Amino acid sequence: MSYPTDLKYTREHEWVRANGASGVVGITDHAQKELGDIVYVDLPKVGAKVEKGKTMGSVESVKAVSDVYAPVSGEVTEVNDALANAPEKLNQDPHGGGWLVKIALSAPDELSDLLSAEDYQKYTGEE
Amino acid sequence: MVDFGGWDMPVQYSGIIEEHNAVRRAVGLFDVSHMGEIEVRGPEALAAVNYVSTNAADRLTTGQAQYSGLLYDHGGFVDDILVHKVADDHYFICVNASNQEKDYDHIRAMNRWDADVQFASDRYAQLAVQGPKALATLQKLTAVDLAGIRYYHFTDGEVAGTAARIARTGYTGEDGFEIYIAPGEAPRIWGELLEAGREFGIRPCGLGARNTLRLEAKMALYGHEIDATITPLEADLSWIVKFDKGDFAGRDALLAQKQKGVTRRLAGFEMTGRGIARDGYEVWVDGAPAGWVTSGGPSPTLGKNIGLCYLPVDRAQPGLAIQIIIRNQPVEAVTVPTPFYKRSK
Repeated sequence: MSYPTDLKYTREHEWVRANGASGVVGITDHAQKELGDIVYVDLPKVGAKVEKGKTMGSVESVKAVSDVYAPVSGEVTEVNDALANAPEKLNQDPHGGGWLVKIALSAPDELSDLLSAEDYQKYTGEE
Repeated sequence: MVDFGGWDMPVQYSGIIEEHNAVRRAVGLFDVSHMGEIEVRGPEALAAVNYVSTNAADRLTTGQAQYSGLLYDHGGFVDDILVHKVADDHYFICVNASNQEKDYDHIRAMNRWDADVQFASDRYAQLAVQGPKALATLQKLTAVDLAGIRYYHFTDGEVAGTAARIARTGYTGEDGFEIYIAPGEAPRIWGELLEAGREFGIRPCGLGARNTLRLEAKMALYGHEIDATITPLEADLSWIVKFDKGDFAGRDALLAQKQKGVTRRLAGFEMTGRGIARDGYEVWVDGAPAGWVTSGGPSPTLGKNIGLCYLPVDRAQPGLAIQIIIRNQPVEAVTVPTPFYKRSK
């Protein structure tokens, strides 16, 4: 899969699609492949404050639990409730329908710390 | 690939759920060559095997296999094992990979007889063909009448032209076979089995599916349900303990425990609240810590989140509300009858 160039990526395998002062957050295709079949998603509630680099939730595959770190700081404004009953969307469409939360960015400058699609792809060693 | 006791093993090939379902509905192929083998030979082989193991090895007929326990004198598990009677003077024991050296030392230390105990893991690779189409798959590669091998029996024959011990055993809760072959032949036989099973939709299966399948069937995994601190009576494995066969390692300790009464027992549960129980999570009853999860995860067959845990014996019967502590939050669960899954015959 190619990584969309309008997303910014973390080394912990999350992504952000920023639009002004708001950003949609998810986990990358590389992450979903490594995890395998995702069966459970634990997300923060609307209104929760998240801090860049801190745990904001978790995703569980059949085999294991993995923390999801907030790629940016801010307040959660929307949660992808569809994942509760269809966590497999994370495997099927990680950069689209499998998004996790929307965040009102409290420090949009943080985006400049994140990786471009090209750099992330190099980082994961995928062609 | 994960490092598993020095073996590079895949957790999954195409995906745990797909592999799991292939075994339940058709057929799956596992490379379980990491499993250890110990052979006990000589006129006193039976005396030695019967003493070190909890089940009645003396009741095995030639060509029969038996699930059994290898115990310390204090009653805890050294390992759980499969004993195969090859001949009156030859027993073949399949043991867990990570325990094999310990098992070998243990059996040798307990060998007060003149039995010849051999560490044989280097001589065998093991492939498991499991699922309702396992017989049809394997039958294409052998002249042995597989339907004639009863469950927990085995025969020595050939598979794809190479000598094989073919046992109707498994760790999935499905019908199937475990074959023991020379390690050099394993890659070729693996390929031939995949080809033979292609019409049934065979899938190569990794450690992940092996774990979900055995959990649904409530088969113990060493280091989880059983270890040196757990006895068979606690692990709901009284059926592999035959007190009436005479003396065996751990017998006195188990008898004492039986007379005093077991205080904790393995129980199955289903999550009723949202969350997945994992190994090591704490279990609460009536607002206080009461036990721990030994294995837990989603059950692909049932579509529920299930698990096994130790509970005080008066709380280990089905139908009781318990809480699993998941990331510091109590989540509701209920004890249920086990096994979670039983195949229809």
